[in-house]
Formats: sequence, structure tokens, C-alpha cells
Amino acid sequence: MKDLAVGAGAGFSGDRVDAPAPVVKTLIAYGGPAAIIFEMLAERTLAYAQLDKLRDPAKGYEPLLELELRPILRDCVTHKIPIIGNFGAANPKGAAAHIERLAKDLGLPRLRIGVVEGDDLSGSEGEAIVRKYIAKEYAGRPFASANVYQGATEIAQALREGAQVVVTGRVADPSLTVGPCLAHYGWSGTDWDKLGGATMAGHLLECGAQVTGGYFADPGMKDVPDLANVGYPITEIAADGSCICTKAANTGGLVDTRTVKEQILYEVHDPAAYLTPDVIADVSEAEVTQVGKDRVRLSGVRGHPRPATLKANVFFDGGWFGEGEISYAGPNAEARARLAADVMRTRMGPLVKMRFDLIGIVSILGDDSGRMLGAAPVGSATDVRLRVAGAHHDEAIVDRLMREVTALWTAGPAGGGGVRVAKRKRLSTTSCFIPRELVPARLSYVE
Amino acid sequence: MPTVPLYRIAHGRTGDKGDRSNISVIAYKPEHFKLIVEQVTEEKVAAHFAYRKPSKVTRYVLPKIHAMNFVLDGVLDGGVNDALNLDMHGKALSFHLLTLPVTVPTEPA
Repeated sequence: MKDLAVGAGAGFSGDRVDAPAPVVKTLIAYGGPAAIIFEMLAERTLAYAQLDKLRDPAKGYEPLLELELRPILRDCVTHKIPIIGNFGAANPKGAAAHIERLAKDLGLPRLRIGVVEGDDLSGSEGEAIVRKYIAKEYAGRPFASANVYQGATEIAQALREGAQVVVTGRVADPSLTVGPCLAHYGWSGTDWDKLGGATMAGHLLECGAQVTGGYFADPGMKDVPDLANVGYPITEIAADGSCICTKAANTGGLVDTRTVKEQILYEVHDPAAYLTPDVIADVSEAEVTQVGKDRVRLSGVRGHPRPATLKANVFFDGGWFGEGEISYAGPNAEARARLAADVMRTRMGPLVKMRFDLIGIVSILGDDSGRMLGAAPVGSATDVRLRVAGAHHDEAIVDRLMREVTALWTAGPAGGGGVRVAKRKRLSTTSCFIPRELVPARLSYVE
Repeated sequence: MPTVPLYRIAHGRTGDKGDRSNISVIAYKPEHFKLIVEQVTEEKVAAHFAYRKPSKVTRYVLPKIHAMNFVLDGVLDGGVNDALNLDMHGKALSFHLLTLPVTVPTEPA
């Protein structure tokens, strides 16, 4: 029997919709047991999905759901490749209903769709739980939403019970991969080393192209073939939890020890204690070995008993964020851009704390306090874009900031062009840890 | 002995969670790993990021993959949902770390 192959169809909300088809094609050609995961929730994505749902209760799930699944749903159903995705976001039932409509539209028989919930703590009961466990400094903040990271158990149960698609809300990213491993190999929930291995396989998959040459290419130092057509990853996970990381056939990109090492440590803090709801994974003694072209083996991952608590991300109303930009070019452009910043400081006064960037000089590496730009010597750059950003609980003040940037067109330094302004509602965030028995996951079916 | 930017002998990647950034430093060649561990210390990295005032810098060493992982607390202006930076995740920070000067026995190829 071949090892279980798990492919990644997406690594964030808004990922490429042409990525999943080559992955599914490769999984079919593989000819062994397989699944495809869609990881589409970052720290901010879910909070904004919660806002969407408040505005329209039918929304709140991944907006690209149909574009992601339409090209592959028939093949996955035909070839018994289950689809597991956290594309349910703030509304897993809504996503499941959408997939049901899509299946009907494609003329497929009714699907068995598992829905994993229990992560959403945005109601008053959930808020009461969260309030008990967040730091005291957040006591007075206006609560917006909260979601707790659920694990792989219910995903595995759904797959064992024949689900062709599993839709979740907030689950830990690697759990999307651990679920099919649990279901396929029948591991117990305390096979810590195996769970640790599968968790790191999931960790390699969860950001899509980040392990196949994306977020990696650096011309002359780390060259990546055909980056424009970078293929998405597949891990072949063995019964002992070790895996081989590879990618969709006939695509660009590469999988080598460098891409795998970078992704192993991505968003990891203590390498001996990568906390998930399923296990504490430990990569401190892990080894990576190139075993073929675009094939890297990851072994030696260990696991320790899972934490007693689950992490919750908590969002508060963060007021409004606004920004504006204007460009200066040619002789003395930098001085004119700096003068425009001075005009903004004078016009806005102490109304709002602003961040200034001179794009082309200092705009990225400095922090919001402006120490780095302040320390940068005044130069003679000839192509400079001023950016001003601020946040305030009062929308009117953010509107004022944008109007003042717009006014630089006629009332600012010479030759200012290309004004762009934008604002958006913002959610401020923290996290806390909640005893898992207080926030159980729930599995149901749409069929 | 020549001094070169760390970039010449190592690569890395930034990740973020909340107001915490982690930056990996991975030796291209195993023979450079020892000097990287000796020279790229918590103190040096904290000083290199002084303008962002990290509240804490912690280093983890992974000899089997010739890598280190630096965890920098309090460098993201509150994190992705609160910062005013264009790069609110701090994705570019690994390339700043890689500008740290290191002394090597011979000029890298």
C-alpha cells in the first residue's frame, strides 16, 4: 500500500485559483490514498470574515470558494480524494451549502459534506468565556469576535464516516493534514511522534507555494525555475509520520533542502515546542534529505503530549485606519516630499499619531515611531513617494487625514502627483488560552 | 580575514505571530555553520534591530539542519492588525538580519 499523499490547493485566502488542478492531477496519477487541503485563514482573514457575516449572514466564508473548487470537485469525487478546507471561515455552514449547490450545478450526485464548528466564540456565551481568560488590560475593549483553534479529531472522524468534503472554521493549519493521517493510518490520539511528524508535513503544506519556491526566490542567490508557474506542494506521509515533500507535476518552482528548511521554521518560535491542538511538535532534531529531484524527506520530528488549552484569537473594534500617498520626481524631489510630510504634521497637529514613509528611501524596515527615517540623512533622491498612515477610533479624523493628503495636490510642494487615499475599518487583536473542555468542537453533516 | 554580509553565506525567512517576529538563519554550506553560531548572537541581533526596540531576542540553534531561529518580541508595532507599516507582517525583516557583517576565513564563492 502506498503512503498517504496530501496536497495543498491553497495557502491563504485569495491564493491562486489555478493552483489546485495540477495538484489533483498529480494525486490521481500517484494512484495511492490521497487528500487535498485548502488552508485559507490567516490571523486577520477570519476577523474580517466575521465582519462580512455581520453585514450579510449569508457571507463570511471564503469568497474564492467556488473558483477554487469548481475546477477540481468532479475529479476529487470521482477519484475518492477528500477535500479538507478551513474555507468555512466565519460561516462553515454557508460554505457547505455553497459546495452543495456547486455539486448540483456540476451534475454530481449528492455529496457527504462534514462541517466542523465550535471554534466561533463571537456570541455572548463565547465572549463570556474569552473575557475570563484574556489579559486584564483588554477588559474595557469593545469585543468584536473570537475564534479558538480546533484540532484534527473531528476532521478525522468525518473522513472515517465517509465525508467527501470537510469544511471547517478556525482549525490549526496543520490539523487539516493531521486529520486525513489519523483517518488513514488509524493512529491513536497519543501517538505523539507520528502526530508530530504529520503536523510538520501539514506545516510544510499550509502556506502553499512557500515550500516550492515562493517567498524564496532571490535572483543570483536562490534561483527558482519558472516561478510564474510555481507548483503547489504535496507531501507523501508514511505510517511513522515522516514524509517526503514534493510538488505538482509539470509545474515551475522547486523543492530542495533550502526551501524545506525555510518553511520548517516559518512562524515557529521554540523549535522543540510548536504548539498545536493535536500535539506539541518538536523539530529540534529533525533532518532533511534530498532524495530525488524536487523530493525532500523530512524525518526525526518528535511529538510531546498536546496542550491542555486551546489558543483563541480575540478581536476588538480597532477604529479606523487611513492612508494616503503622493509622488515627487526629478530635481529636489526628496526635499519636496519631506516638505509635504512637514505640511501634514502641521495641518494634522496632535489629532492623530501618523506614520511617514518616503518610499524609495525608508519605508519598510523602520517602525511606526519613525526613528529610522528620522536618522536617515537627507539625500537627493529623484523618485520618491510620500506615504502617510494613521489610525483613530473616530472615522472623521481618518477622513480628515485623507483630505489633507489629497489637498497636497494643489496646496503642497511643486509637482506632487498620483494621490491615492484609502481607509478601512480595523480590528485589533490579542490571543489567550482556554481549557479545551470549555470549547468542544462539533461535527455535523450536510447531505 | 574578510568581513561580508551574512547574506553571502546564509539565507532565511521571516514569520509573524502577533507582535512577535521569527527569523530563520540557515547556512548554505555546513562548514559556515559554526562561525555563524559564534558570530550571530542574540546580542548582535538585538543591536542590529535596535531601531525597532525589541523587548527580547531569543535564539534557538538547530545543528542538524545548520539553522538558527531568532524570535524577536515587540518589533511589529502590535502586529499585523495594529501596525501602520506597509509591511505590517515584517516580511522584509529577514533581509535586514542578513545584512549583519560576519568575518569569514576566505571570501565566499
